[in-house]
Amino acid sequence: MKALSVENLSVYYARHQALKNINLQIEEGDFLGILGPNGGGKSTLIKAVIGSVPYTGRIEIFGKSHDLSLVGYMPQSSDLNRHFPINVLEVCLSADLHKKMHFFHRYSHRVKDEAMEYLRLLGIEHLAKRSISELSGGEFQKLLLARTLLTKPKLLLLDEPTANIDPRSSEHIFEVLADLNKEMTIVMVTHDLSAVASCVKSIACLSQTLIYHGEPKLNADILTQMYGCPIDLIAHGHPHRVLPYHVHDEETGECYEMSYDEAKHAVVKNPCCKYH
Amino acid sequence: MFSAILEYEFLQHAFYAIVLGSIVCGIMSNLIIEKKMLMISGGLAHTAYGGIGLAYLLEFDPTAGALAFSLCSALFIAFLHKKSHVSNDIFIALFWALGMALGIIFIGLIPGYTPNIESYLFGNILAVSGQDVLAMLLLSALIVFCVFAFYKDWQIFLFDEEFARLQGIAVNFYHYFLYVLVTLSVILLIRVAGIVLVLALLSAPAASASLCSRNFTGRLALSVLFSFVFSFFGLWLSYTLDISSGACIVVFAFCIYALLLVLNRKKA
Repeated sequence: MKALSVENLSVYYARHQALKNINLQIEEGDFLGILGPNGGGKSTLIKAVIGSVPYTGRIEIFGKSHDLSLVGYMPQSSDLNRHFPINVLEVCLSADLHKKMHFFHRYSHRVKDEAMEYLRLLGIEHLAKRSISELSGGEFQKLLLARTLLTKPKLLLLDEPTANIDPRSSEHIFEVLADLNKEMTIVMVTHDLSAVASCVKSIACLSQTLIYHGEPKLNADILTQMYGCPIDLIAHGHPHRVLPYHVHDEETGECYEMSYDEAKHAVVKNPCCKYH
Repeated sequence: MFSAILEYEFLQHAFYAIVLGSIVCGIMSNLIIEKKMLMISGGLAHTAYGGIGLAYLLEFDPTAGALAFSLCSALFIAFLHKKSHVSNDIFIALFWALGMALGIIFIGLIPGYTPNIESYLFGNILAVSGQDVLAMLLLSALIVFCVFAFYKDWQIFLFDEEFARLQGIAVNFYHYFLYVLVTLSVILLIRVAGIVLVLALLSAPAASASLCSRNFTGRLALSVLFSFVFSFFGLWLSYTLDISSGACIVVFAFCIYALLLVLNRKKA
C-alpha cells in the first residue's frame, strides 16, 4: 500500500513557483530522504502534505486525502520559540491533545509513562523537568522527535531533524529512526549526506521539480542537475566544489587527499578549509 | 493611603479596579507577548477611541462604543491576518490611525460643548464607578475562566500552532478567541491606564515575570503580582502627588522592569 501518494503537486508563494508538477509515490515501510538545494522546495513538499501551504494537485495518505490522523510531523527547530516558558515533559505530553478543545484537561498516568518512555528512548529522560530554553540544539531536536512519536504516527515527516546539531547527536537520531522504520514509513528532508549513506532506503532529489527518485545512489549528473552547476559535495545545503579532494583530519590536524566518494561523506563530519 | 481606602468609596473602587485589572493584565500580557501581539493590543486600544467618540456623538455608554468598535476591528484584523499575505503591521497601523481619526471626527461633530475625554486617553482610576467595577468583575471572571479552562490548549497553541493544528485542536477558534480576549482586556484596562498607556500594562508585567521564571504557570502568577504592585504603587503616587494615575503606573512599571533587567544581567 502507498503510504504517501503525490500527484501533479504544484505550490506557489505569491508569484514564485516553489514546486512544479511533483509526482511521487512512497511505499509503506519506506525511508525516503529528500535532498535538494536551499529553496528547492523540500520543506514546502512536507508542508503541502500536512496542509500548511495551499497547493494544486492531489495528495493521499494511506489512500485517503485530507486525513492527517496517521501523520506525525517534526518541524525545523528554528521555527519554534526556544524561550517559551514550557518544560520538556509538557512539550512531549502535548502530543496527547488530539481533540478540538480540552476542558480542564489532565494528562493520565499512562500518557505520562509513555512520554517518559519516548524521552528515555532518545536519551533525554533526565531533562524532563528542564525548561526548553536550557536544552542544546540536539536535545531540543530529540524532544521534538519524542513528541512526534508520542502521536503514534504511521507516516513520520521530518524536516531537517539533524540541522545544526553535533555529529554524535545526529548519529543517535539516525539510529533511532532506522529502528523506528520497522514500524513506520519515514520521509525526511535533509542536507546530511551521511544520513543518505547510512539509513535511508530511497532518495528524492528536488529542485522545484522532481529530479530523481530511487535508490540512494547519488552521481555527479544528478547533483549537477539538482544544483544547477557541476559540484562534488553539499554542505549545509550549498553546493561546493572540491579543489582537489582534500579533507581535514581532526586527530592529526593534517589535510590529505581522498577519493570523491570518501570526500563526499567526510565533509559532513570534517569540513575542510580547502573546500570552496 | 490605607486609611483613605477604608474611608473613601472612590478609592475602594480604584482598589477593586486595580485587583481585577492586575489579574487580567497578568494573564493576558503573557498570552500577548508569547503570540507577539503587543502592537495589535496597542492598535485595538487606539481603535476604541473611534467608538468612544461615536458614543459621545450618539449619546450612549462610551465603554459600550469602545467595546463594539474594538471588537469589530479585532475580528477584522484577525481575519486579514489569517487570509491575507499582507503584513499584519500594515493593518494594525491603519486601524490604529483610523480609530483615532474617527474619534476626532465624531467628537468634532458634537454640537456645542466638547466633552472632556482625557480620562479615556490617559486613564483615571480614581473616577472608576461601582458600575465599572461590576463590569470589570464580570469581564475579568470571563477572561480567567476562558484561559484556565483551556489552559493546555492555550499553552500548545502559543508554543507551536502548527503542531496544535495537526493534533486537531481548534486553532482557528483559538486565533479569533485570543483577539476577542485581548479586546476585552484592553477595554477593561482603559479605565485604569487609558488608551495611550494601556500597552505598558499589557507588556510590563509579563516582561518582568519573564526575567524571574521559566515556567508558564509561574510566569502567570508573577505577572499578576507585578501588575498589582505596579498599579498599587502607581495609584499611591498618583494620590500622593495628585497627578495622572495611568502615567504614574506606567512610569513605576518601567522603573521596576529596568531594575529587574539590570539585576538579571548582573546575575547572568
